[in-house]
Amino acid sequence: MENRQKEIDKLKDYKYGFSTDIENTRAPKGLNEDVIKFISNIKKEPQWMLDFRLKAFERFKQLEEPDWQKPKYPKIDYQDLYYYSAPKSMDDKPKSLDDLDPKLLETYKKLGIPLQEQARLNGIAVDAVFDSVSVATTFREELIKQGIIFCPISEAIQKHPDLVKKYLGSVIPLTDHFFATLNSAVFTDGSFVYIPEGVRCPMELSTYFRINASNTGQFERTLIIADKRSYVSYLEGCTAPMRDENQLHAANVELVALDDAEIKYSTVQNWYPGDKDGKGGIYNFVTKRGLCKGKNSKISWTQVETGSAITWKYPSCILKGDNSVGEFYSIAITNNHQKADTGTKMIHLGKNTKSKIISKGISAGFSDMTYRGLVDISSKASNSNNYTQCDSLLMGNKCGAHTVPYIKNKNSESNIAHEATTSKISEEQLHYCQQRGLSAEEAVGLIVNGFCKEVLQQLPMEFAVEAQKLVGISLEGSVG
Amino acid sequence: MKEQLQKDFENTIRNLSLSQKDIEIKKFSLDNFINKGFPNRREEDWKFSDLNQIINNNIGELSFYNDYTSTNKVDTSVFVDGLEHNKIVFINGRIEKIDFDYEKKDQIEIIDQSEIINKFENNNSLSDLNSAFTNKSFKIVVKKGYQLSKPLIIYHTTNSKIWSKNINLRLDFDLQEDSGLRLVDLFNDTSEKNFLNIFYNFNLNENAILKNYKIDKIENKNIKYSFNNIEQNKNTISETFILSSGSNFFKSEVNCNLKGEHSSAFVNGIFSLDKNKHHEIRTTVNHLTENTKSYQLIKSVLEDSSKAAYQGKIFVNSDAQKTDGYQLSKAILLNKDSEFNAKPELEIYADDVKCSHGSASGSLNEDSIFYLMSRGLNYNQARELLINGFLLDVVEKITDSEIKNLIKNMIGIKE
Repeated sequence: MENRQKEIDKLKDYKYGFSTDIENTRAPKGLNEDVIKFISNIKKEPQWMLDFRLKAFERFKQLEEPDWQKPKYPKIDYQDLYYYSAPKSMDDKPKSLDDLDPKLLETYKKLGIPLQEQARLNGIAVDAVFDSVSVATTFREELIKQGIIFCPISEAIQKHPDLVKKYLGSVIPLTDHFFATLNSAVFTDGSFVYIPEGVRCPMELSTYFRINASNTGQFERTLIIADKRSYVSYLEGCTAPMRDENQLHAANVELVALDDAEIKYSTVQNWYPGDKDGKGGIYNFVTKRGLCKGKNSKISWTQVETGSAITWKYPSCILKGDNSVGEFYSIAITNNHQKADTGTKMIHLGKNTKSKIISKGISAGFSDMTYRGLVDISSKASNSNNYTQCDSLLMGNKCGAHTVPYIKNKNSESNIAHEATTSKISEEQLHYCQQRGLSAEEAVGLIVNGFCKEVLQQLPMEFAVEAQKLVGISLEGSVG
Repeated sequence: MKEQLQKDFENTIRNLSLSQKDIEIKKFSLDNFINKGFPNRREEDWKFSDLNQIINNNIGELSFYNDYTSTNKVDTSVFVDGLEHNKIVFINGRIEKIDFDYEKKDQIEIIDQSEIINKFENNNSLSDLNSAFTNKSFKIVVKKGYQLSKPLIIYHTTNSKIWSKNINLRLDFDLQEDSGLRLVDLFNDTSEKNFLNIFYNFNLNENAILKNYKIDKIENKNIKYSFNNIEQNKNTISETFILSSGSNFFKSEVNCNLKGEHSSAFVNGIFSLDKNKHHEIRTTVNHLTENTKSYQLIKSVLEDSSKAAYQGKIFVNSDAQKTDGYQLSKAILLNKDSEFNAKPELEIYADDVKCSHGSASGSLNEDSIFYLMSRGLNYNQARELLINGFLLDVVEKITDSEIKNLIKNMIGIKE
């Protein structure tokens, strides 16, 4: 009884903190060639895919874990992790949602994502990833009519090998950094999106990531290809149960935009952040990179980062095509003992390329937040422009807010402008709100929402409302 | 390099009368340097300027032993005209002249502390190199309540007698309560391919005011590194101005520790570079207590294939409420081969602060050029006018009018 009460209390802080009791199929613990072969085998992958993984693993063995980041964490024992975990009921792939384990459906319902299509009115196609596998993808038929491919990447490897072969690893090569290479070796599932030439995707596509099993690393891989003159808006949401141990989440996301195409990628990241004393929580070490390959292409990243014990990611744009545009909008909120080291990279290679960075960081409690970013205008990127603005808000003197921009300009015809400020919520603003009947906490919520407005506006409507609420919830208990 | 270092080290200490303990300390520094070598781009602070590579490409083999037994003739023609000043003259790294003629004798004390080897609070290997090889080190004390009536100019002169040499200098300044010092470092080189490694330490006691102007204007092929450490107590003010222009490579580092309330630090700098020069300014301002203030302004004008880098860091610890920190760097790239890198960094642990930084780089504003040309100026005149105006902004920040005029004359800015 007492335990139950404790559970309920805990869930008050993080409502997605429940875990689903479900039978799992797991790969043997540890990281070695056999495990990789196991994953590849269970996914019935072709030989080239296994070769890709093994090559990455060879490379991985030579790499050293980086340690230049601001938030330090205890060493991860990569041999003490499960690299594959899937609900047993997924062993024989269910043909339709009706065959899906009711427990899974229940889980997603609790998370606010009803998978049964009839229950869906808001017209967002969802790919639900549970631990290491994609359990369901909705609205597929409708999308197929337009030639849009939206399916788990493991399925794409089998059904669309040409596309996967051509683009997988083209933005994040096998030889990239430690975590990206690890992902290349052991990635399990994720979403694959292909928008054919000239098609404007009629609905928001979305992936919902859920880590359930304990002691498991989640390594998903997302690949989005927008062919010439196409458009897609993609959303990503994530949650995990509350566990006392730290769990690793090392995903790779690759975006490719061809001529005149546009990709809009939005993330609301709400992994379990650990408890008030900083125990448990997800290590979110994600590599996200977009390549504006064609001319006039555009990639826009929007992220709301409120969860995770440690967030360490830099969604980047490589602006290779002439006239291409990269954008990055970010809100990162850390509370209690959370730590974040996040930002972006804008690599200007093509002529007339433009990039814009708006980053808002809010730290409270004992947390630590770093914006780290790179703007690099190469000597060939004539007439390029970058504008960067990063603002930080601090609440209390036990937390930290840091800004570390790297600015490189090698082209005399290009301009870079960067500004950053750090401040706290002004007493006058608080006073004004409280005078009008808001509680201190409501007032802070309101002011912070105003502070983040520029970024929240960039989110698709349904997400914006949720994100706004999330901003308020994340800061609860940080006032006074 | 290791054998060379050890051999030169033996020669250097042979000429010094050091106690066994001091030799031990110097040896310890030498071993540290041998282990670490010259800083390279793998170190975060040297990301934009790989000194190891620069020395290899420009100098090759360095030798570290300098024969300081014979005196050099002081060439008075290099002295600044029209400005009465006190002098310290270094020629090829050897102190030739210390002259405080304009000051009250009992108010300034010069202590030879060659035998005291202080560790520098700087974790790069150049401080080890400096500790191992400096042969004479003075401490200049400005007594309580005394303000020097004339500026002190330190002449860093090198001539063609030296080649591929490493020169290490160290000076210590102690400004007692209510004292004031205006210090100009004037670099004057006719030598080539040497590496100067200069460390200054300033201790500012209550209400003291330090103004330090570093002027590297004369064209030369040397490589220089200068490190200023400034400790600031209550109500102190430090002002640093750097004109970075003449040398092949110059990295100036300034570290200010604002330890006392109401202390403030100002660091301003100009890069005016051409050819394939490569200069860097790196500043760290540590706000360690309440009510402190810092201001930094760095402007660059880059011609040809020159390269400038600015790394500025404002650190605010959790006790330093009411901090006011500001940082701005602007660069004009005039040639397609020029390059500007910046890393303006904020590290903040207190909430009631006002900190901001800005950085901008780009080309000359075509609209402004057009405006000026439509008023009858030719292209070059318009360009020059704009560049002068751009740089004048920094020069105007100099609070000492005598030295402001001196610097304006040197860079040829007319009002």
